[in-house]
Amino acid sequence: MNGVMIAVSVLCAIGAVCALILVVASKYMSVPENERFPAIRACLPGANCGACGYAGCDGYANALAEGTETRTNLCVPGASGAAKAVAEVMGVAAEEVVRQVAFVKCNGDCEKAGHKYEYEGIQTCSAANILFSGEWACPNSCMGYGDCERACPSDAIHVVNGVAVVNPAVCTGCGICTRTCPKHIISLRRFAEDRVQVRCSNTQTGGVARKACSTACIACKKCEKTCTHDAIHVVDNLARIDYDKCVGCGECVEQCPNGVLVKL
Amino acid sequence: MLMKALSIMFVMIFTQNYVLVQFLGICPFLGVSKKFDSAIGMSGAVVFVMTLASAATWTIYTYVMVPNNLEYLTTIIFILVIAALVQFVEIFLKRYMPPLYQALGVYLPLITTNCIVLAATILNVDNSYTFLESCVNGFSAGVGFALALVIFCGVRKAVENARPPKCFEGLPITLVAAALTSLTFMSFTGMAEKLFGG
Repeated sequence: MNGVMIAVSVLCAIGAVCALILVVASKYMSVPENERFPAIRACLPGANCGACGYAGCDGYANALAEGTETRTNLCVPGASGAAKAVAEVMGVAAEEVVRQVAFVKCNGDCEKAGHKYEYEGIQTCSAANILFSGEWACPNSCMGYGDCERACPSDAIHVVNGVAVVNPAVCTGCGICTRTCPKHIISLRRFAEDRVQVRCSNTQTGGVARKACSTACIACKKCEKTCTHDAIHVVDNLARIDYDKCVGCGECVEQCPNGVLVKL
Repeated sequence: MLMKALSIMFVMIFTQNYVLVQFLGICPFLGVSKKFDSAIGMSGAVVFVMTLASAATWTIYTYVMVPNNLEYLTTIIFILVIAALVQFVEIFLKRYMPPLYQALGVYLPLITTNCIVLAATILNVDNSYTFLESCVNGFSAGVGFALALVIFCGVRKAVENARPPKCFEGLPITLVAAALTSLTFMSFTGMAEKLFGG
């Protein structure tokens, strides 16, 4: 037999043996995959944002396919479309997705907030925060170095004049910025246009807060006295709203002397 | 024998590190060094695949290819064997060791087609290593890859905290950092010959 024949036959033989082993292995060792998984995964948008609380879309689809207790309306970017499709595959009644958007609880931009020192270090919020909780006089102030801006997967949050501002139209409510912010002043709120928000996180007493920032909540309790629905209360020197009672009339917004209360 | 094994390990991990000295496997080196967890997962898969592939290809080479004078088919047969082996191992792990399968996950099939695995196996037969030496070589080449990946993962974390000029952001500054990391491994040059009497 000449060299070519040997080469070809040996190569073919090795290939055939490998193929045989793989065929046998896949036949006898295969793990039955949950047949609902690909169908559910196809309904999800694939953004892997983690808003559902699972590690990516695959993780959420897996949890849905495995158990019956997982809620079908956890996908925020997919909104009600994805929830409906998932519910159809699962064979359960569709639940409406509660649309959430991020909200920055600070309004102290460069003109309104005071400094306690000049910061010249690494230009990130987390680095600035290590040095005496940042350069701003208010301990709960937005740092304005844009850690949230860089973390946002949908380009919805931007630093404008030293304070982060969310564009609610683009925000998917994935909550990545809330976990990124070293000051923890970004939170997720139910998206509703008529709702009143407290745009400050300062819990210092009135005078101290006023000195640090001209738009801080000074705990004057004007809003508390104005509210006819018992929905807003000053707790720990900061106005807080009970959204079960708030009807969004906006009377407190007009009364607030420092412009802390805003309508989203 | 022990000295030979130690010498192979030292050479593969430090002086001839596949990633930082020989510039093989650069794709996974840049691709999965962003996060420590995925770097460890990838490293585990590489060590695993390289050791197994060294053993399998050495056996095929010695008992099938050499008797038939088929040494010139090394590349194609090794690719075939490695691909089939990894496919088999993946099926096997999925069935019998789900935790290990979860840990190695997507990296196992990903690394199969990388030049780093082929390089390790071809080097085995080029240097006419014995079976055990081949396994040690594959294993330590994998460990060298793991070391490079873990070190670079740390370097990358430090780079991320700094703000390079706009034009250097992302991949350019990563490549510069990779070049500097690779320079540090140049300092091992010549050490193996003095240590183990080359």
